[in-house]
Amino acid sequence: MVKGVNFVDLRDAGDPVELAAAYDAAGADELTFLDVTASSAGRGTMLDVVRRTAESVFIPLTVGGGVRSVDDVDVLLRAGADKVGVNTAAIARPELISEIAQRFGNQVLVLSLDVRRAAGQPSGWEVTTHGGRRSAGLDAIEWARTVAALGAGEILLNSMDADGTKAGFDLDLIAAVRAVVDIPVIASGGAGKVSHFAPAVASGADAVLAASVFHFGDLTIGEVKESLREAGNPVR
Amino acid sequence: MPNVVVLDYGSGNLRSAERAVARTGADVTVTSDLALAAEADGLVVPGVGAYAACMAGIDEIQAGPMIAARVAAGRPVLGICVGMQILFDSGVEHGVETKGLGLLPGVVSKLAARRIPHMGWNTVDVADGSVLLDGLAPDARFYFVHSYGASDLDVLKEAGAKVTTASHDEPFAAVVEHGALSAAQFHPEKSADAGYGLLRNWVAGL
Repeated sequence: MVKGVNFVDLRDAGDPVELAAAYDAAGADELTFLDVTASSAGRGTMLDVVRRTAESVFIPLTVGGGVRSVDDVDVLLRAGADKVGVNTAAIARPELISEIAQRFGNQVLVLSLDVRRAAGQPSGWEVTTHGGRRSAGLDAIEWARTVAALGAGEILLNSMDADGTKAGFDLDLIAAVRAVVDIPVIASGGAGKVSHFAPAVASGADAVLAASVFHFGDLTIGEVKESLREAGNPVR
Repeated sequence: MPNVVVLDYGSGNLRSAERAVARTGADVTVTSDLALAAEADGLVVPGVGAYAACMAGIDEIQAGPMIAARVAAGRPVLGICVGMQILFDSGVEHGVETKGLGLLPGVVSKLAARRIPHMGWNTVDVADGSVLLDGLAPDARFYFVHSYGASDLDVLKEAGAKVTTASHDEPFAAVVEHGALSAAQFHPEKSADAGYGLLRNWVAGL
């Protein structure tokens, strides 16, 4: 069982390095930085945050946002990231996935997938970009199958429908992706209560990720892990 | 305090290993300088990515003979993840067999498991007399991220190694202790306090 903590907006969440250390101390199993802006000005700041975080935490650190090339991955790994999240660039050029996997091994590559329901796609789900605002014109379940075949090590599955609702994870989406891939799936989007996490795991998620509920103190990592343990899941 | 070299041969995230070993109080240097690596009280061989790529990196700086000489002379070496795997006779990835350093017997091959990579926190079954895991809680969890492993446990045990196993559908070697040679398939540098305990035990023996 792995549980991540997601940093989606560094500006509002306080000092990310201090937060990372606090989450490490609170028992988080992994940390994820997703710099959704990924502007060129933000890149240098991001690298500095990664460096300082890697110096103070001793749990795995995934960093994503604006990764467009094998060289971008190299820079992040050298700054102290253990895994790198890739999203839009792989949609534009799927070969990027195999290039990264060949150079650094597939365990380094977390393919980030922003999905919403769409009647127009065969599976009923489509891939989105720009934080869920634009359709990529791809069937999300078919894309999950493709990225696993190309060498992604893990899928960070974010439900854009559930994101921000605090109404629970999109269990149907988790089950649909689980059915077509053998690589680990991290469920993200929709966590609002302690009771939301175990059903995501039961639906096929290998890990569950939450951001705002931890940032704003709605839930503690300890109580979420306890509820997962009570549901019969192995928990650190 | 003992001094430790983390060998830089172009593989992965060396900073984490450096920081985690430094946390034990050891003086840590990250370098590809073979003379420094040969003389250090302890040598850490990290490794991330493909077996063949890691061996190519080792060959490029010609570190193989130095590592073998250290082990022969009883000078501690700790391999981590693929840095453990390359200590074995060979590794098979995508049907291609790559020769390893041959300091541990057996072949590293793809895990026979439903979910690959094996990624996450797992418990281990501690070998009798393990020094590295001495004093750690029996249910301590370590962070694994790998698709390949050393599963030929009998060959290792027959060679006299202490083998701590983990299981991901099938058992594989999680920690091997054989004379001066130590190796962990998981990432102690990413395994929070449990990993710190292992590194502290290793550094205490330098």
